[in-house]
Amino acid sequence: MLEIKNLTVEVGNRRVLKDISLSVMSGSTSVLFGPNGSGKSTLLATIMGLGNYKVVSGQIILDGKDITDMPIHERAKLGIGLMSQRPPNLVGVQLRTMLQVTGHGRVDPTTLAGTLGMDRFLDRDVNVGFSGGEIKRSELLQLAAQNPCMYLLDEPESGVDLESIEKVGKMIHDLITGGITCAGRREREGKSALVITHTGQILDYIEADRGYVLCNGTISCAGNPRELLREIRAKGYEECVKCRLVRMS
Amino acid sequence: MSVSTDELKKRAENALDKKAAFGEDLDLSEYKEGASDLPREPSLEKLPDDMQDTLLHSGVIPSEKGREGSFVVLDSSVIASSILGKGFELMDTREALKKHDWLKDYSWKAVQADADKYTASTYLADAPGYYIRALPGQKIKLPVQTCLMVGHDNTAQTIHNIIIVEEGASLEVVTGCTISPHVEKAIHMGISEFYVKKNAKLTFTMIHNWAEQVGVRPRTGIVVEEGGSYVNNYVIMKKVRSVQTYPTARLVGRGAVAQFNTVAVAQPGAELDLGSRAILSAPESKAEIIARSITTGGTVINRGRLTGEAKDIKAHLECRGLILGNNGVNIAIPELEARVPDVEMTHEASLGKIARDQVEYIMSRGLTEDEAVGMIVRGFLEVGIRNIPEELKKEIDRTIAQSELAKG
Repeated sequence: MLEIKNLTVEVGNRRVLKDISLSVMSGSTSVLFGPNGSGKSTLLATIMGLGNYKVVSGQIILDGKDITDMPIHERAKLGIGLMSQRPPNLVGVQLRTMLQVTGHGRVDPTTLAGTLGMDRFLDRDVNVGFSGGEIKRSELLQLAAQNPCMYLLDEPESGVDLESIEKVGKMIHDLITGGITCAGRREREGKSALVITHTGQILDYIEADRGYVLCNGTISCAGNPRELLREIRAKGYEECVKCRLVRMS
Repeated sequence: MSVSTDELKKRAENALDKKAAFGEDLDLSEYKEGASDLPREPSLEKLPDDMQDTLLHSGVIPSEKGREGSFVVLDSSVIASSILGKGFELMDTREALKKHDWLKDYSWKAVQADADKYTASTYLADAPGYYIRALPGQKIKLPVQTCLMVGHDNTAQTIHNIIIVEEGASLEVVTGCTISPHVEKAIHMGISEFYVKKNAKLTFTMIHNWAEQVGVRPRTGIVVEEGGSYVNNYVIMKKVRSVQTYPTARLVGRGAVAQFNTVAVAQPGAELDLGSRAILSAPESKAEIIARSITTGGTVINRGRLTGEAKDIKAHLECRGLILGNNGVNIAIPELEARVPDVEMTHEASLGKIARDQVEYIMSRGLTEDEAVGMIVRGFLEVGIRNIPEELKKEIDRTIAQSELAKG
């Protein structure tokens, strides 16, 4: 279970996340909605421990363990796995190598890459010259090799063409559920996910239990993800901000 | 016009104090000539274990497995020479000059005897070296390996190599330049003249494996004829005091190609003044220079010069450097020179530290910071020589693992 408690984050001197609290239960999936620049990617990056994101106050807790100040690789070892939206190019590091080291030699890169039709990318440098969709697939393969228990997915459907979206969506579904169909067992043993989505398209493939709307660095609403999406589609995010202001006043 | 031997000798004598265009001016009087009477070894595997290790770390395989032949010079003595394959000649350059009268037309033609004090000293010494000639049309599958080793302290080793790849032939040569264990101070001067004939191909890989007090002055000239192709791989990752080299390929036939790949690590105390030059003087010739350098405290200068003298030539230079730690200096000097209008010449150069986002990206897959940096450094260097032999890749990995490189 992932718990974010009153998290406030600064980049430079700018406050980008303000008093965020949310939780993702074991075996469940939560969705993050929000307009561009609202802090969604910052939140995932902060959970992973990346970049110059300074936690000013609050805590990040994974399965009861405070990971707020933990180095990145230790978070990864505890089971956090991030699918970045714009990962850096790794010139000279082949995808095959990346899958081998990420999977500690337990996975066969060729078989794994075959599942997403990425076998011909194995000897290419990671992300170099990859299209948007290829980056997503490469990220997914790395996550599959890593086998985390808490997936952080930053817009997994963006840039993926219509033909591939089904494959990508299905793979995400399989990774998150771990093939467990029983809801009860999934809650005990399954994986969790926190997923950023703009379009909501990914909801066609994964079962999301809870949705959050992030606006201007704060959570302005929470609830049933499909209902939230319907509302956002109909009225836009402005309505979420107004609604929160009304509730606060 | 050809110059008489006497005239050339006079010119060399006059050049004995001539400073080189680049690099620290080494005082040759501190060194003595290498021993020329060391015994022949029946087999490389009969050499002492630590010497075999040194060979191995320089890309030379003592068992000769996967090699077409071997040639080893220790100080100024040829201590091993063996031919396992077919289709080529391999012997001491001095012996070859006696055997083939025509070879004088190749000797001291691609490198000037009076270029500087190092070429002059080598010209005037009775310098050994390898002569390798791939016979016309012969595709020699495996590499021929050669090793130039300094065996004693305060030795000035002079070497004169000639490689000729005849029309339609192809040849790969791996050369390890090194010192035997326990030698600390020495100087190595190596003259190499390579001739790649019509539609022939030469791949030349040189691994430098020196020590803290060694000065190194290779002088290399390459001539590539019509449709010929020359690939130069150069790797230097170990400690050394001073290396200055600037191999020059002249592309004299239509469609000739030259490719220079350099991987260099400047350890603390080292000055590496490295360059690659291609003079494209025939139409449709192509050249590419790729250099990857890292300083961990020493100075590394990466020169590169492409000169376009004929139409429809294409040339590119790519020079990237990393600065690890706070004391190193990395200098990139890319130069393009065009003398006719119809040329396509480009260069890119960049220097910097390892990008933080790349390190974090790899760490987010569960690797420690050191492991992530090691992976990036290895990748950075490997791009320099994409198709390097597998054992050389392993050597690069070993060097990274042993050095401070993996620690960022």
